Amino acid sequence: MADAREAWITGIGILSCLGEGPQAHWQRLMDGKPDEGTKTIGPYVVHPIGAVDFDKQIPKRGDQRQMEPWQRIGTYAAGLALESAGIKGNPELLAETDMIVAAGSGERDLAVDATIISGLPSAKNPAAYLNERLMNDLRPTLFLAQLSNLLAGNISIVHGVTGSSRTFMGEEAAGIDAVRIALARILAGQSELALVGGAHNGERKDLLAQYDFGGYLLKGAYRPVWQRAPASGFASASLGAFLIVEERAHAERRGARPLARLVAAFSDRGERKEGGVRLSLRRLWEKIAPSLRPGQHAVFSGASGAEPATGEERAFLAELGVAVRAPGSYVGHGPEPQFAMNAALATLALTHGKLYPPCDTTGVEKNMDEKLTQVVVTGVGHWRGEGLALLEAAQGELT
Amino acid sequence: MAATHDKAGRPIVVVTGMGIVTSLGTGVEDNWRKLTAGESGIRPISRFETEGLKTRIAGTVDFVPVEPFCGPALCERIGEMAAEEAVSQSGIGSRGRFPGPLFVAVPPNEVEWPQRQEIGALARGNEAFDYENVLRTASTGAFAKYGSRFLFASIADRLADTFGTQGSPISVTTACASGASAIQLGLEAIRRGETDAALCVGTDGTVNPETLIRFSLLSALSTHNDPAQAAAKPFSKNRDGFVMAEGAAALVLESLIAAKARGAKILGVVAGCGEMADSFHRTRSSPDGKPIIASVRNAIADAGLTPDDIGYINAHGTGTPENDKMEYLGVSAVLGQRTKDVPVSSNKSMIGHTLSAAGTVEAVFTLLTLAHQRIPPTINYHVPDPAIPLDVVPNQARDAKVAHALSNSFGFGGQNVSLVMSREAA
Repeated sequence: MADAREAWITGIGILSCLGEGPQAHWQRLMDGKPDEGTKTIGPYVVHPIGAVDFDKQIPKRGDQRQMEPWQRIGTYAAGLALESAGIKGNPELLAETDMIVAAGSGERDLAVDATIISGLPSAKNPAAYLNERLMNDLRPTLFLAQLSNLLAGNISIVHGVTGSSRTFMGEEAAGIDAVRIALARILAGQSELALVGGAHNGERKDLLAQYDFGGYLLKGAYRPVWQRAPASGFASASLGAFLIVEERAHAERRGARPLARLVAAFSDRGERKEGGVRLSLRRLWEKIAPSLRPGQHAVFSGASGAEPATGEERAFLAELGVAVRAPGSYVGHGPEPQFAMNAALATLALTHGKLYPPCDTTGVEKNMDEKLTQVVVTGVGHWRGEGLALLEAAQGELT
Repeated sequence: MAATHDKAGRPIVVVTGMGIVTSLGTGVEDNWRKLTAGESGIRPISRFETEGLKTRIAGTVDFVPVEPFCGPALCERIGEMAAEEAVSQSGIGSRGRFPGPLFVAVPPNEVEWPQRQEIGALARGNEAFDYENVLRTASTGAFAKYGSRFLFASIADRLADTFGTQGSPISVTTACASGASAIQLGLEAIRRGETDAALCVGTDGTVNPETLIRFSLLSALSTHNDPAQAAAKPFSKNRDGFVMAEGAAALVLESLIAAKARGAKILGVVAGCGEMADSFHRTRSSPDGKPIIASVRNAIADAGLTPDDIGYINAHGTGTPENDKMEYLGVSAVLGQRTKDVPVSSNKSMIGHTLSAAGTVEAVFTLLTLAHQRIPPTINYHVPDPAIPLDVVPNQARDAKVAHALSNSFGFGGQNVSLVMSREAA
């Protein structure tokens, strides 16, 4: 009964500094020029998205105006995913699509903040001044860009996804658990069709500051994630990434092709003390190890470059001796959508049956000659949360 | 032998522990006594200056000391208090080791104005402030204390440490439906057989100037400042918005088998859950009420019941003109001719709208309603709205026989979640 259920990835929607969609991403990964999409904000290396014609997925300008960048990025990527799976514009399918979005908290009006912070010290009654300025200066609709669940809300409005709508909040673990729960619900018969992923605006100065209060960001010059020591940190990225995960029989009934099979997804919260990440990854790996085909699998690592998480993952991966790629060297790191992004890129590699070239001079990323039929996607949060997903090749091809 | 699985063959999920903190006080006993006495926890805001604000009242939790004060710290503390009460009542696990996952409904977490001012003052030095100053000083470590405090998942992470829950804790945010979503996630995990128990918490302690002003700018809040206790008027013709409030609640969910095996006292059953997203508008419901109707119907069907089985509805009942009208439309479409006979009351008339915590807080009150066979009132109901002909249990609590109750939660962003709770396993 439940054992016979199988989850397919029948669509992916990706938007990053590499461009939009599978072809642009694969081409840029094969080209091997990871620093082309980077820029600097303050002391930080960031991966912004390039020019995007948002009208293509968010046709109403009124909708775009009510969103801040992270919502536009996410709503756009969700549209690409729905399109890729052949669900877009199909009301029956959209009404049964269960959505799980991983999000942070929304954006601020930095100009309003700056005015208030500058004005407060000279205000006669600072508290009343704060009230007055907020009452007068905040755009009413900004609130709707600040609420974490309003990316999901916008996806419902723009694309008509209404089966259900859940938002998990907070960094890499939210992104990992979104995929895990979407898959678990499908395998258990609680759901047939899911849209899962997230979005991040890597250029938000308030968020850059927030992450670097903890010292987690890459400063100075760009380097691939494995080559950042002794400096360390993640390069904040604007990313939108969504997967369509669908029960096999459901997909077959509507003639949808699998891009890959999503076999398993697990998460954990290892103790963040020395060796904790390694131990957590080892425990997770044991759960999928029996399903792995020797010589045919590789790891798509969610390594961010933030230490000590990335160093511990490097040590763990060295024990395995399998081919590894860290897409974060190319697309940067957007905590919430990173896991879905790497799962989407893994799907892409599986459709090509091979890896893109190594992007690393330290020996973590090696060539792989055998045909690629399985990818293990890892996610290691910069401060908490670990996870794995196992994807397998299917017969489908991306067009 | 009594069944351990429901009609769909899934494990029956029961509640073995409950905890709550609202503006009425701390703990299930105190809250239930005051709620059924029709007491209000709404009062003038004393936490911050309200000069120049249209709304100057809220249901704040002022009696829980948190030092240094900020929203996430209050959320964490009251969430911890509620969870402590629930876990202790259930007697599950051992101290610091809860044998299941944690699902926490939390508000968006962000730096607040006192901290923003502090950061701004240090960062700018003698220059005019802009965020470039902050970026130049962020990595000096001067604000390291705010690094994890304001990370989005920090409340769940700390609660996971305190209670020793298993695996990755999930912070769920579906706006004002969050608390119900947290229970739904726990219910589903137990039904999948992933776990025998789950700790589901909803917490919200975000009455601060900016959050209040954001809701105010959307014209969502009551401006009936005096007397504060009369401001929340769900289903009344003169209702003029909701009243922001703080609170937390926690439920220990367990499979009936596991609860019985350890001889736990069963406090009620989470029988079903339904949801349906609305694609109409960011803050308004689809005028035909279809998503609300579907959410309610899905929950009742998920519980293996029919609308005729529902004996009480714990309404979302915010007291905004829009919500109460749409909720009536949805409920009456599902109940049909029974609409006027089914009591529908709003806890928010007394405790205000506890936002991200509301679904959990109101689930606890719904379970207490079932356990005590007594329905808490809708207070401040003096001017009935002829367009909403419901039995709102006006102003006075009432004894009643209720076997199955529905609790609705609706939120901005098209969020609709309904829970069905039962007194006893079917």
